[in-house]
Amino acid sequence: MPEVVVENVHKSFGALEVLKGVSLSVGRGEVFALIGRSGSGKSTLLRCMNGLEKINAGRIEIAGHALGGDARALRKLRTDVGIVFQSYNLFPHLTVGENIMLAPRIVKDVAKAKARDVAREVLQLVGLSEKFDSYPDQLSGGQQQRVAIARSLAMRPKVMLFDEVTSALDPELTEEVLTVMENLARDGMTMILVTHEMGFARRVATQTIFMHKGKIWEQGPSAALFADPQTPELRQFVKSDVK
Amino acid sequence: MTLKTFGLDQFGFLVFSLQWTILLTVIALVGGGLLGFAVALARTAHLKPVRIAAATYIQVIQGIPVLMILFLSYYGLSLAGFELPPLCAAGASMTIYASGYLAEIWRGCIQAVPKQQWEASESLAMTRLQQYRYVILPQAMRISLPPTVGFAVQVVKNTSITSIIGFVELARAGQLINNATFQPFRVFLAVAVLYFVVCYPLSQLSRLLERRLHAGSSR
Repeated sequence: MPEVVVENVHKSFGALEVLKGVSLSVGRGEVFALIGRSGSGKSTLLRCMNGLEKINAGRIEIAGHALGGDARALRKLRTDVGIVFQSYNLFPHLTVGENIMLAPRIVKDVAKAKARDVAREVLQLVGLSEKFDSYPDQLSGGQQQRVAIARSLAMRPKVMLFDEVTSALDPELTEEVLTVMENLARDGMTMILVTHEMGFARRVATQTIFMHKGKIWEQGPSAALFADPQTPELRQFVKSDVK
Repeated sequence: MTLKTFGLDQFGFLVFSLQWTILLTVIALVGGGLLGFAVALARTAHLKPVRIAAATYIQVIQGIPVLMILFLSYYGLSLAGFELPPLCAAGASMTIYASGYLAEIWRGCIQAVPKQQWEASESLAMTRLQQYRYVILPQAMRISLPPTVGFAVQVVKNTSITSIIGFVELARAGQLINNATFQPFRVFLAVAVLYFVVCYPLSQLSRLLERRLHAGSSR
């Protein structure tokens, strides 16, 4: 039973069709990388998976929840699906600890002491135990992004979505975030990530999907896909990345 | 009738009347704050009819002079059989006036919170109410402090308009004393000074808050 099923999904913004019938299936513990040029629809696809964008046609099932129900059903889905954004989006008025504890406390009614334990645990996971009482603007970009990952993990998600989470970071800060993600993958988290880090996709993703013009252009085990691209578009894309 | 001169007694009367100015300001800000907050929330609601209703309210209130609201609630209602004492009519009018402006100021503040904050909190499975309560409003409140205090200064000065329906606040008290002393320069200078004494600290506070907010950027 796959953890994520996407079936013939279509999505338009006005007259612009961004997704033109996308299907994929992600098994538990698998890591899928979505690559492609900007405008190819990869971020939109990811945002459809937790209902931030509504699909026009098709079917999405994720962590045992079907998308398309009412608000309550959508919230239920979101407790099992974490997402991390390019711009971190930490809550600037709350400390790191409060950022992490907020959703478990108010959404899942976790007791305060328990929420604190969970927060400490996930902070340790991303290597930021000492930042519990800091405010987001006292942290570097890489640290903020690791806190954002920890905040998602505190909800105990079954699937994690990553939307270009290192695109706003310097190379050295990128590394510390990727390390955290690699550890997550190794621990068996089901992950789908939109990324420009080809090296990371190749090394960590079990499957890589190349998106082009709103479609899955090419898909396969990461090593094979990068070593031997079948389509001229992917060949071009991989080559331009090497620079 | 002998003319009095503007002395300590008369000044005391001005200071006493200043209390009414301040009371009226407080009524306007508290009442207008509550009403304006509700309208600001309605202005940013999901449902389009609610948004339109709130926008219309704001447009109407901002589009008519306070004076007309005042006449309507004092003379208009008394014609209709509701005799409001001047304090009530003045308080109600200033409340309505303040609500229209505060709603618009606060709508701007709510919308100034980046849309990513909505997305992040929504993705953490929060309800819309929880998003407002824990994520959006605390941030909007910070942004709103300087303009809100700035608007309070306007309210203090604009309460003078209620003198028209005979409510004896600072401006009306000045008129009364001038009628008795015929020393307009002294009297209204004193009135102006008293307004300034109340408004100046407020506008300084507004500027201080603004600088604080910029220095501490996001927090």
